[in-house]
Amino acid sequence: MDHPGLPQLIIILVYLGLLLALGLFSSRLFKGTKEDYQVASHSIGPFLLLMSIFGTTMTAFALVGSSGEAFREGVGVYGMLASSSGIVHSLCFFLIGVKVWKLARRHKYTTQIEFFRDRLDSDFVGYLMFPILVGLVIPYLLIGVISGGAVIQSLTGGLAPDLPMFQVFDAEGDANPALHGGVPPWLGSMVICVVVLVYVFFGGMRGTTWANTFQTLVFMILGVVTFFVIANKLGGQESLLDNLKTLANSVPEDKVTRSEMSKTKFFTYLFIPLSVGMFPHLFQHWMTAKSSDAFKLPVVCHPFFIMIVWVPCVLVGIWATGLPADMHLPANPNTILPFLVKTQTGPILGGFLAAGILAAIMSSLDSQFLCIGTIFNNDVVTHLAGKDRFSDRQQVMFTRLFIIGIVAITYFLSLGNVRSVFALGVWCFSGFSALFPIVVAALYWRGLSAAGAISGVFAAITSWCILFYQGTKVPLEQGGLSKFVLELPLGGESYELMPVVAMMLSSTVTMILVSLVTPRPSEEKLEKFFG
Amino acid sequence: MKASKSRGPVIIAALVLLLLILHQDNWFWTDATLVFGFIPIALFWHACISMAAVATWFLATRIAWPLSDDVEDHEGGV
Repeated sequence: MDHPGLPQLIIILVYLGLLLALGLFSSRLFKGTKEDYQVASHSIGPFLLLMSIFGTTMTAFALVGSSGEAFREGVGVYGMLASSSGIVHSLCFFLIGVKVWKLARRHKYTTQIEFFRDRLDSDFVGYLMFPILVGLVIPYLLIGVISGGAVIQSLTGGLAPDLPMFQVFDAEGDANPALHGGVPPWLGSMVICVVVLVYVFFGGMRGTTWANTFQTLVFMILGVVTFFVIANKLGGQESLLDNLKTLANSVPEDKVTRSEMSKTKFFTYLFIPLSVGMFPHLFQHWMTAKSSDAFKLPVVCHPFFIMIVWVPCVLVGIWATGLPADMHLPANPNTILPFLVKTQTGPILGGFLAAGILAAIMSSLDSQFLCIGTIFNNDVVTHLAGKDRFSDRQQVMFTRLFIIGIVAITYFLSLGNVRSVFALGVWCFSGFSALFPIVVAALYWRGLSAAGAISGVFAAITSWCILFYQGTKVPLEQGGLSKFVLELPLGGESYELMPVVAMMLSSTVTMILVSLVTPRPSEEKLEKFFG
Repeated sequence: MKASKSRGPVIIAALVLLLLILHQDNWFWTDATLVFGFIPIALFWHACISMAAVATWFLATRIAWPLSDDVEDHEGGV
């Protein structure tokens, strides 16, 4: 067990084995119907709904990215990304989730596209949204698959330095001390994909929900444990409180304040979490709820759960800025947490943390794979061929086949040189946020017309493309795509705004103006939704 | 209780608006105070915002919940 990387590998394999067992066990409860496979027969109660929704919205970024961003930007990242999400995510569950659940139960929808088609009485809106939603989910999937491979490699470094495919050399031809001998990313990513595929394939939404719940518990508990172990090791004092004080006092002042952060950028980041209102995989999780009351626990506890995960990670990130130079911190901020775990704790905790990070990654991947398979079956195959053309059994088979297809495509895309896909994260979220006004209008505004919604979608995507193109012009030395902001000159000053503001503004204005001058759906149709 | 139910959505909307205003804490922007000697005040403030969000949403489930299960049964949705 003393062999470098071996304890970590064993813990990861045991963890993945547990997930497989959970998925296969849940498949024994499968009733054989499409509804059971795609939305667990609407049987999910408050606790499982809370855990599955939280696990789905939190990605690896919650553990690794939060500490990395805090290392780079300081404590401001908590307000920018976490407390804002606590307010806005629950707002979306409350305003959109509950209402859409009621309509979907009444009119038998499983996907967002089914809802929009019926609400707007337009087939075209479905065909328009289909590639956009899938296109925005795929980079998100890629981030998960690539991160999974990278995490396994970094935490199993030294495992098999003699195997050629496990070797990693730097530009000078020296073995990379952090990665050499670790499981290669292509293999780690493949294992992640296969494990997720197996439990989604056999367990459907029930397996996904159970696995998400298990994984959410794993990454929340391990995040907190890691925080205390690292604090006690780095602080070097007798008590935990003394350690916390020592570490906090070593942090440079610009990292405990937001002196380097733009106030307007901080404010406009509030629009990014609105993206959850349009996540297709979250929509499908909402559909699993047993009753509207099942939403109460997720609405209330979501901000608290975010705090439990983010506060310790942000503190660890800022502590790292005060560590002595001879610790040789890695250049990539996103590897700060794995680095500290590896150097400050034992291999067992390293293995558990790897499991925790993989849990956060896989609890998003599974829902996204299932959701894309469901969209392909319900909104393309069944919609084109006719509802009664295929039996439930055939539709479950189609959904499963599409899931296999999308897992394979994602895996092969992840093998390409797509490191820049990480910069796409915030852009994917911005794209979903840009579509947010359309779902709000569809639920709360009788005046929304099909032409208005379609124009709003086009405006969102056009503005997204234009701003994305502008973002690609930002030199990599200045942060590239991920650092692109709009500059608003006002009264001799220039204010930084997130691009999502322009996207949402363009989709909202276009949607309203076009809706005002085009016919809305029939009164009969509107009664169905507002009566 | 009935009166608070009818005013519930307005109260919750006001509280959410207040949370969003408090979220933009310009007054702590360059304050390096460490609360309890170890939590930077900006982080402490925003952790309190998270807890205030929990309280707000709890209140929302009591006085502004948009549906009840009885209504859903009546509508034949469940």
